[in-house]
Amino acid sequence: MEKKQGDRTYMFANPPALIGAKSVVGPKEAAGPVGQYFDLKIDDPLFGETTAEKAERRFLIEATNATLEGANLAKDQIDFFLAGDLLNQIVSASFTARELRLPFLGLYGACSTMAEGGMLAGFLIDGGFAQNVLVGVSSHYQTAERQFRYPIELNIKHKLSAQYTVTGAGAFLYAKGGDGPYLKGVTVGKVVDYKIKDPSDMGAAMAPAAADTILQHFEDTGREPDYYDLIFTGDLGKVGMQLVNALLEQCGTRLGSNYQDGGVMIFGGDGAFGAGGSGCACSAVITAGYILRELAAGRLKRVLLVGTGALHSPLTWQQGESIPGIAHGIVLER
Amino acid sequence: MSNLIPRDEEDQQRRATRYGQLVAQYRPRPPIGRNLALAFVVGGSICFIGQIFYNLFLELALSPREAAAPTLAVMILLGALATGLGIYDELAQIGGAGAAIPISGFSNTVTAAAMDYKREGFILGMGAKMFIIAGPVLVYGIITGFTIALIRVFLLGM
Repeated sequence: MEKKQGDRTYMFANPPALIGAKSVVGPKEAAGPVGQYFDLKIDDPLFGETTAEKAERRFLIEATNATLEGANLAKDQIDFFLAGDLLNQIVSASFTARELRLPFLGLYGACSTMAEGGMLAGFLIDGGFAQNVLVGVSSHYQTAERQFRYPIELNIKHKLSAQYTVTGAGAFLYAKGGDGPYLKGVTVGKVVDYKIKDPSDMGAAMAPAAADTILQHFEDTGREPDYYDLIFTGDLGKVGMQLVNALLEQCGTRLGSNYQDGGVMIFGGDGAFGAGGSGCACSAVITAGYILRELAAGRLKRVLLVGTGALHSPLTWQQGESIPGIAHGIVLER
Repeated sequence: MSNLIPRDEEDQQRRATRYGQLVAQYRPRPPIGRNLALAFVVGGSICFIGQIFYNLFLELALSPREAAAPTLAVMILLGALATGLGIYDELAQIGGAGAAIPISGFSNTVTAAAMDYKREGFILGMGAKMFIIAGPVLVYGIITGFTIALIRVFLLGM
């Protein structure tokens, strides 16, 4: 059977199983609307460490260790560790890999990294190159603020469209065979840039890429939106979510109430957190904590996860460049 | 191919313009009246505290001119203290520019940066980056002050 379908969707011949996943979050995420679903809740955002960067790594290490323990697998059974985060040179991922001592491939897809990692895990396993692949991503409010915005205690009033970076980490264990929801297929994203320049409006910057990937997925597979119980975008926030709906409607596709966004789910879309959550951990902790639980309980059967990322840097923004977006889709089915 | 990928540079520009209009429809509008009122209350309260100290220094037999400097010093200290205690950024979420514009807000920009960059060491971190936010204010404040003083000297003499 041809694995490639249409323009950029790939269906796996032997779909890998997602045999384990864990979410670790900070206090604000734990207190949010979906707080009850997370596996580990840490009261101290600094996790007892001296810097926020160390703390972010600690979140990622906890998530990966908990995932390995939960799946009862030893480290030497893992063929690849795929990980990424938002920091320069993806230090959270590579420093975690230093601790784990696993064959490591670093990824940068900004907040889409969880989906990108899942997609590559699928290729490695279905391609016959790996038995078990561990995927990990992390983000931290304080490290992201410092790198992308301003000092943490600065007197800047956040805009209503701005998003609040999720503090936490998620890890996922994909395996050849086994029990769990199956990774049926993926749709690879293209970088789409509709010339949004405001970094406090990232939902708007990423929405065209998300809409494109969703639309392309339906075009490639011949499926309709109601094929899925849940179509989930990672971290567009309330503004980005509305824009996805508007863009898709212009193309004649309507998403119903089965469309949800991680940024809105984790913090709500109108509170003290601006338009919602963002960061690599946003889509990851909701997938590991909420979506996989719902899949296991049978309340969800078919899910299209669309990881969304804004691929700018503080430097490109200061030089007046617009913010390119990317979105990768992965299909999980029971 | 999906309908949302631009075909060429020209198409990209056209889409960007149309999308900009769409985004404007969905971008949440800040409650300007409420923000103005809160900025007035927060900024006014900070100035009220400043006035109390100013009057206090006048009571201590300082001249109005002399009383200004210690008042500013106290407000800078209070701004730094509130920043260190993690209060000032919360105040700014309520009061916006009302918290940012008084000198305590300036003090906050320096203290907040110093706190953040201390983790990279006292010299290359804090020392080098303490003025990362306040720096432009100082540079352009000094240039503006100097220019205005020059104009004044030319127009009115020493």
